[in-house]
Amino acid sequence: MARRYDSSTTTFSPEGRLHQVEYAIEAINNAGTCVGILAKDGIVMASERRITSGLLAPAKTSEKTYKLCNHSACNVAGLTADANILIDQARLRAGRYQYQYQEPIPVEQLVEHVCNYKQSYTQYGGLRPFGVAFLFAGYDDQFGFQLYQSDPSGNYSGWKATVIGANNQAGKSLLKNEYAPKKDKKDEGEETKEDEEDTTMPDIDGALRLAVKVLNKTMDGTAAAAEKMELFRMTYDPKTEKCIHHILTKAEAQAIIDAVEAESSSSGDS
Amino acid sequence: TALTASQHPTPTSQGIVQLKMDTVLGIQYEGGVVLATDQSNARSIVSYLTNLDKIKALTSHSAMGVSGPNCDMVNFTEYIEKNLKLYELRNEGTKLSTRAQANFCRNELAVALRKGPYQVNVLLGGYDEKTSSASLYFLDYLAALQKLQYGAQGYASMFCTSIMDKEYRKGCTEAEALKIIDHCINEIHTRFLINQPNFIIKVIDKDGVRTVSAGGDPADN
Repeated sequence: MARRYDSSTTTFSPEGRLHQVEYAIEAINNAGTCVGILAKDGIVMASERRITSGLLAPAKTSEKTYKLCNHSACNVAGLTADANILIDQARLRAGRYQYQYQEPIPVEQLVEHVCNYKQSYTQYGGLRPFGVAFLFAGYDDQFGFQLYQSDPSGNYSGWKATVIGANNQAGKSLLKNEYAPKKDKKDEGEETKEDEEDTTMPDIDGALRLAVKVLNKTMDGTAAAAEKMELFRMTYDPKTEKCIHHILTKAEAQAIIDAVEAESSSSGDS
Repeated sequence: TALTASQHPTPTSQGIVQLKMDTVLGIQYEGGVVLATDQSNARSIVSYLTNLDKIKALTSHSAMGVSGPNCDMVNFTEYIEKNLKLYELRNEGTKLSTRAQANFCRNELAVALRKGPYQVNVLLGGYDEKTSSASLYFLDYLAALQKLQYGAQGYASMFCTSIMDKEYRKGCTEAEALKIIDHCINEIHTRFLINQPNFIIKVIDKDGVRTVSAGGDPADN
């Protein structure tokens, strides 16, 4: 039934679906997992490093984490070649905004620009959609730290914590239970007050440990090791008014992995 | 992307028109900015109007005092005003800071400079809720931009800058700033060859843009 309506992006199916867009989203479910977690004092993005061959030259740059401008970075899941085009778009947009207004671009505006660009490939030109999902991490003085997820359809949403790529459902269910659980919540159906400060939001180190935990679950079957994971964190230095982007060194990553190991073994998890 | 001016103005047959006749004054004080301009619209030896309002509000908390030929004045200020409004509409009510607005103006002037320049000299003043402070920017038709505590455009700067230099105190009040403006207007009335009987004075602070006084009522036509 779907076969007649799935070869062109610019055609709806009778059920009102865009099959090409859905297939693009499927393509990402085979990609290396990425976790993004919002912390009180920054953002953590952790991703699975897939080493497809021992003959590959050691990476000079990350194939997962990209800096878009001083106050924004992204993680990629999907077709790297497609992602390069979009990352370039994002960098240009951020740069042009800075040139025009002499101010850093608000994070959501940057995300929306990239997503509008993705959307146009689902509506015009007979070109296939981009097979990329992003996690955008950014800081601006209006909303502080923000985390956004976008997919090939051009849709985006803001998250406190989320997972994209392989086994993302398993990762998300873990986050649901372990990210800032509301301790005093008696009733599941209770509405939480909107202006209630989320005091159980983790700090950066807590977020890093949680991210490793998520990757352990999504990568299950393979032993956790520092070479298999890339841990990135972004923080803000109010003195210099600049963000600090840092991909953890092997030693730093190992320390987090060890801490998670110790936590799980002491609590009796198998 | 900004709205594009589809028919870009080209220099007039008169070349670069006199930009120095209009008076624009501006002073930043504690919590606000005062802008003052003369109200005459004149060219060569003819006076068209003496009740023109040359201080255009751009957003709820910013305004631009403009000098130059009336066509460019109106064209430029409306273009900027509408682009700033578009930004607010597109971005769920997010306002641009005064600094961002001034740099946006400068960019537009710079792009137009090598095509068909806007012949306007401007003092842009605005109040930012984020920092609870006001700022004043000097922009000229060659797309120069400078943040100032006080300034003037046109021949008036030759008469008034020294008065402001002498009397301005950082962190002065609105009343003190208005007093300095009065002294400047007095000097222009006494010593400036061109007759500028009416002045309009506006203030921008946390409550927005409001008119303090106007020699001629702009609504009278």
